[in-house]
Formats: sequence, C-alpha cells, structure tokens
Amino acid sequence: MNIHHVIAAAALALGPGIAAAQTDPLDSPRWGDMKKEFLPAAARVVFDERVRVIAPLTAENALNVPVSVDASALPDVKEVLVFADFNPIARIVRFEPGGAQPGLGFRIKLQQSSPVRAAARTGDGSWHVGGTWVNTTGGGCTLPSTGSASPEWQKRLGEVSSRVWPKKEGGERLRLRVIHPEDTGLAAGIPAFYIQQLDLADAAGTPLMHIEGFEKKLPTTPGCSPAAARISASPTAATS
Amino acid sequence: MLTGRSEDFSFTNGGNIVNTAFIVTQAGVLVIDSGPSRAYGEQLRRAIARITRQPVVRVINTHHHPDHFLGNQAFAPDTLAALPGTIHGIHTEGGSFNDNMYRLAGDWMAGTEPVAPTLPLAAGPLELGGHRLELIALEGHTGADLAILDRSTGVLFAGDLIFHDRAPTTPHARLPAWQASLDTLEAQPFRHLVPGHGPVATDAGPIRQTRAWLGWLDHTLRQAADEGLDMTEALALPLPAEFRRLAVVDAEYRRSVGQLYPALEQQALRTGKARE
Ligand SMILES: [Zn+2]
Repeated sequence: MNIHHVIAAAALALGPGIAAAQTDPLDSPRWGDMKKEFLPAAARVVFDERVRVIAPLTAENALNVPVSVDASALPDVKEVLVFADFNPIARIVRFEPGGAQPGLGFRIKLQQSSPVRAAARTGDGSWHVGGTWVNTTGGGCTLPSTGSASPEWQKRLGEVSSRVWPKKEGGERLRLRVIHPEDTGLAAGIPAFYIQQLDLADAAGTPLMHIEGFEKKLPTTPGCSPAAARISASPTAATS
Repeated sequence: MLTGRSEDFSFTNGGNIVNTAFIVTQAGVLVIDSGPSRAYGEQLRRAIARITRQPVVRVINTHHHPDHFLGNQAFAPDTLAALPGTIHGIHTEGGSFNDNMYRLAGDWMAGTEPVAPTLPLAAGPLELGGHRLELIALEGHTGADLAILDRSTGVLFAGDLIFHDRAPTTPHARLPAWQASLDTLEAQPFRHLVPGHGPVATDAGPIRQTRAWLGWLDHTLRQAADEGLDMTEALALPLPAEFRRLAVVDAEYRRSVGQLYPALEQQALRTGKARE
C-alpha cells in the first residue's frame, strides 16, 4: 500500500555511559560538514556511546529503513537531532522529549549507504553524538513509488492509529501511525509534502514530546526518485 | 535438473541460485523455469541440445520471480506458459525485477529483457509424449505458484514453495496460504522432490523444513508486533539453533522482517484501538 506511516517506539534502558571520543568513530568525510551545519559553532560536541542509534547494518529496503534512537542513558536531555550524512536531505527529525523518555523509533529513506546519527543536547548545553553506519544497495528504489500515486492516502490523510504498551521496566510505550505521503520534494513533479510537526500530550494535556520533520529542496537526484531521507514514520514517546 | 547455488544474487554467481529442470519426452522437451538471465536461458537450451534432439515445446514459469523467468528470451515465445497470476505478475513487475537483477548480478544480465508467457495454464492433468503430468495451482510464496508432478516418474517440481537447506524468500509471501500449499504438496505421491532452491530430496524433509521456518517466522513476528516491539527490536530477535544450518538465514530473516512486519504492526495498532 502506498501509504507511509508513522511509527515510533520508546527507548530501552541502557547500560552505563561510556567516555566520549573526539575523532568521528564512524570515520565519515561528511562529519565536519554535518557538525558545522547542524550544531552551534561554540557548543561543546562529544561522541558519546550513551546516545544509541539502532538500525540494521544492511538495509534491504532503502525506502523504509527502521531506526531507533535512545538517549535515555544521558541525564537531562533537552532535544535530539537525527541526521544521515550522505542523504540529500540530511536532517531527518528533531525532537524534544519533554515529559517522555528521550527515545524515538521511526522509518527513514536512504539514498545511499550513510552514517545515521543522533545528537542529543543536555541541560548543560553540550551535544552528545552517537550513530551507526547503514549500508544499502539502493534496491528500495525499484519498488513501485509510493505516496502520491495512491488515491487512498488522500481519503485517509491524517488518519492516526495508536496503541500504548506497558513497559516491563516501568513506564509506557506509545506506538503511533499517521497516514501521510511524506513526499520529499525530490521526486520529479511531486512537491514536498510531509509532517512538519507532531506534538504528543497525555490526557491532561501535559506535553510528552514535540517532534519536527524536515524538508529541503535540492536538484533532482538521478536514479532513484523519492530520493530523500524522510520520516516515513514518526514517533513516539515513552511516557515514563 | 540444473542446481543453483544456495546463495544470494551476486556478481560472482550471476544470479545462478535457482534450480531449473527439463523433461525429455517423445513429443519434445518441457522446461520448468528458465533461470535469472538471457545467458542462463541460452546455456540451458544448449545443455538440453547436448542431451536430446527433441525440440523445446513448452517452457513453464512456476511463478513470477526473476530467477524463474528471465531466461525466457532464449526460447520461442509461443512455447512460454504460466498460470494467469504469474503472467500478470511478469507484466506488472518484470521490468523492475529485471532492473534490480542488473544491479545485483551485473554483466551476467547483459541483453536480458523480461518476456511474459502468452499461454495461460490451468490446474489439472497434462499429457506430453507419454508423461502424465499434473499441474497443481497453489499460492503463498507468491499469488500464483505452480507445482508440477510427473506421475510417470514420481518427480515433484515444487518451485519456490519449497526451499531446502536455504532460508525461504518472502517478498510476495502470504504465510497461511503458503502453509496450506505445503500440506497439499506433502499429500502428493512423489519419489523425488525438486525444490526451487537447494538440493533434491527423496522424502518430505524439505517440506517440513520450509513449514517449520514459516511457522516460526509467522509466530515470532506476530508476537513481536503484539508486544509493541519496534522493527529494530524485531530484527534483533535471536534465531533458533535449528535454523542456523539454513544457508543465508540471517539475510533472509532481515528481509522477511522488512517485508512482513509493517502489516503486522498495523494490525497490532488496530487491535489496540478495538480494545479501547
Ligand atoms: Zn520465488
């Protein structure tokens, strides 16, 4: 079905934090650019294994790569920015955990093999960066293109389904799916159309998590049509 | 029968990971699946010519996956036959399969184009040069899977409904229907069983092996979705020891999660809603 959905899952508990390193553990030539583009020049930036990015080492379907980010081993996380160095739209999602644990699972599109990273800002203003390489052959591009070609999403646009699971270690996990084409603007003739903002709150209206998606137009990349990193899925918060 | 390697498609094997077969009869040769490329189909035709002077009168594609029909070009168009669902699948997906094979197998694919059969097959007996064949129309690996029982020799050609010592692929799978098809196959009076991938067997071992894997996969992923696991967590679930001996099991599990899990997740969300 050509509908992108949004699913997110909360983070798992983690072990103790590990000391930060200063050279890019993923050894990516794009790291310098990423840092300059997304993180404030004056900020303290450290690589920190307490920020876990979990994704398959090999993604079979580049249109639907599952990624989980978990920064719950860090104290006082204010916001988390997720990006993929080699994607035409590098920025994937930004979230503020608010009343939830700083953990989020979602699906992205990858144009080519790339590091996928999460940078978490803690209350002291420093950024903690974790990540993992995801390899992809780009095989996902041969699948029928999604989204706008399907009449179904127009009828169901914005439809939300969700369910809450209790977590063994306490707290809850929310999984959420939103019917939305999540078009990147990179496919020829299809304008960008994606979820810009998603706010989760509990029944009393207390904010749990604020989530933002991104889009940036670039010249169409030859080869694969919906070229970009997009949250085909989004979020959730674990209320803890 | 020509036995393929129990591997993924690669530049090294050129897509030769599939079993194809042919039956020589007094009335000509029947080919079962044509392989992953034009070059493979041409080699298959030459291999047949070394064995018999009989012409190829029928080429049957068991289902619409690329390694089973992309050798069709090597054969006369009016000999090509398949179930209607397979013909439709080749028309709609053949082009993208072909593009993907170029990416996975490289130069081995040179000159290969998808050719859809024009002759639709129906389930039932088929007599050819003294061979009493039974066409068994099934589904589950794809929407249309043909098995062929040669009653004269007791050989059952199962196509990709059966994988032997190699983890099954599931890009178009519907697991309950597939399981039902396995029951039908196990009830056939065969002496030799030719799987779509993996070595020939003389008993139902490969059927049970395929059934065990599909059953575990279905149960595990349903349970994972029902417990609210994220896809990254489902991917990290351990594989039972009994399946470790299956070739490419880690890669196929990963692919199956990507192919099957989204629908199960959505079902779990709907279930949650109904309970509220
Ligand atoms: Zn197949």
